Amino acid sequence: MAAIDISSVGKIYNGGVRAVSDINLDIKDGEFIVLVGPSGCGKSTLLRMVAGLEAISEGTVKIGDRVVNQVEPADRDIAMVFQNYALYPHMTVRQNLEYGLKNRKTPKAEIDARVNEAARMLEITQYLDRKPRALSGGQRQRVAMGRAIVRKPAAFLFDEPLSNLDAKLRVSMRGEIKRLQRRIGTTSIYVTHDQLEAMTLADRLVVLNGGQIEQVGSPLDVYHTPASTFVASFIGSPAMNLVKAELQSDRLAIGSSQISLNGYAPTSGAVTVGLRAEDLRVVSSAEGMPFTVEYVEELGSQRLAHGLVGDQAVTIALSGEAEITNDMRIAIDPSKLHFFDAETGKRLEASVPAKAPAAVAEPVA
Amino acid sequence: MAYTTSQPQPGGFLSRLGFGGKARSKKTAVAAEEMKRVQFTSPVLPYLFLFPQLAVIFIFFYWPSVQAVSSSFYLEDPFGFGSTFVGLSNYTDVIFSSEYQSIALFTAVFTVLVTFLSLSLGLLLAVKADRVIRGASTYKTLLIAIYAIAAPVSGLIGMMIFDQHVGPFVKMMSYFGWHMQVGLNYYDTAFAMTVVAVWKQIPYNFIFFLSGLQNVPVSVREAAMIDCRSGMRRFWTVILPLLAPTAFFLLTINVTYALFDTFGIIDVMVKDKPANNPVTLVYKVYADGFRGNDIGGSSAQSVILMIVVFVLTIFQFRFIERRVHYN
Repeated sequence: MAAIDISSVGKIYNGGVRAVSDINLDIKDGEFIVLVGPSGCGKSTLLRMVAGLEAISEGTVKIGDRVVNQVEPADRDIAMVFQNYALYPHMTVRQNLEYGLKNRKTPKAEIDARVNEAARMLEITQYLDRKPRALSGGQRQRVAMGRAIVRKPAAFLFDEPLSNLDAKLRVSMRGEIKRLQRRIGTTSIYVTHDQLEAMTLADRLVVLNGGQIEQVGSPLDVYHTPASTFVASFIGSPAMNLVKAELQSDRLAIGSSQISLNGYAPTSGAVTVGLRAEDLRVVSSAEGMPFTVEYVEELGSQRLAHGLVGDQAVTIALSGEAEITNDMRIAIDPSKLHFFDAETGKRLEASVPAKAPAAVAEPVA
Repeated sequence: MAYTTSQPQPGGFLSRLGFGGKARSKKTAVAAEEMKRVQFTSPVLPYLFLFPQLAVIFIFFYWPSVQAVSSSFYLEDPFGFGSTFVGLSNYTDVIFSSEYQSIALFTAVFTVLVTFLSLSLGLLLAVKADRVIRGASTYKTLLIAIYAIAAPVSGLIGMMIFDQHVGPFVKMMSYFGWHMQVGLNYYDTAFAMTVVAVWKQIPYNFIFFLSGLQNVPVSVREAAMIDCRSGMRRFWTVILPLLAPTAFFLLTINVTYALFDTFGIIDVMVKDKPANNPVTLVYKVYADGFRGNDIGGSSAQSVILMIVVFVLTIFQFRFIERRVHYN
């Protein structure tokens, strides 16, 4: 177990393509870090640089007290779980688990003890003598995790380990990974493009975009105070509504409708405003913004109404029984508005002295 | 079963969806039977389609085999005036002849050497080519290009290298005090024969090993890199076992090549040369039968060869294939 220190790390491929630039990340011992971002954002490249499968072009990676830039993957004291399991097809499950230990000259008794313990933990004891091809996807993923666990490494690296599983299995495996990591307490870096997986697993989330860090923070921090429009649109489902608006002293103009801000205005002029679908509510008074419903998605526990405010698309989340008419009026508590710079997309802190009350809304699947 | 869909079948669709209840299994059985009838209007037709292939096999394989077996029991007159039944004496003559024994020994050594060297060199080149990043395609093309050269031409090029008068290899070796006499000295000829035979076969093995290596999933290699420090050990414990199906296929092909397809090389090297030169069993069958006009003895030899190949094939599939991992 060890802390991982990533400082000013960058990756430039042959031909000058820059995949990752200037990543600084201090990972504490035992922390569960999730790297999340759309495909091509450099999250896997970053993970593979930590693993030693990609050369580090710039900066340094430290595992424990050791700079590992020039260290072979096998000597970095890490274990990796791959998306397509990467089990050795010609070995039995037991041999797969033993392989890394045998190569490290671990005593036989110790190997047996560790393999049996990991197999028991992952409930794969009855499959130990089978070849991977005789296992289902979920079982294979357990074996792949077992192969990482038996090594007792300083860090686990997960490269989208659940992407190949079906939705139901993904949810249960997600819980299992979290539970295992808590129990073993090994520092973990987990790569995913699934924001829900990221939210549920992470101690700290790292949102990447275009090879750079957009935001680092606890899942709820990132959810409640997204640092940019990119993070706002990426984290949370349904995605946060981002609309163009104009700040006129203490009033916010979205199209032709006006919202009174009660002193929350951070600046004036053109801004991008973020409104969470679940923060918007239907009002009967003429106060609210006119909202034209285009279509409704039924999710059972809630209904998502997609429509227009002025000419801008907005989605609102309503309870399962809420009545929906074609023309409604919607309103939002000014404290729940997110303001972003219209040009750069960076967050503008609302100017209210008191901290916004912790929102009751949990992230919605 | 795809053919059944083209046949109008009331209820077939429903039964496939599971609505047919108990009738379902019965219906599919009927459908399968109908399919056979639907495909061929006459029961003779499939055999008619098979006929050309069967004819080729029969004329060029079974018939000569039967001929060989039968003539191996006779002593043929060299000029074609009748033949005498001699029982097994053709076989005993061959087996107890010291010449035949030494040729059999040479064939065994030659086969083992050619198979081992061409397989291992092909694998070595493939592993190295697989690691090349810059100019990989040029490198691979150059290695494969040899395979595109027609076999007789590449054989001839091989001959030229060992030519008594102009061969660059012979000249080079003479600087080291080795005066090669290919075609005259038994061991020099054996050496040249082996080198040329191996050289011709390497590109073939290279292509198969390279494609086999490229089929090893990248993530499995990476997992091995994390699990095992030594590249050599990774190769033996992970890469090679995954190459085993390719290697097994190539082993069969290479043994056959060394036993039979090296005939051309041997012929070019030893034809018109003074006697004491190494030849393989196949070449001796040809030399005794068509040069020496000893049809009976030659037939007996080819039957022995047939049995050897038969045993070898059984051995390969029974004992080696069982240990090969097929993914």
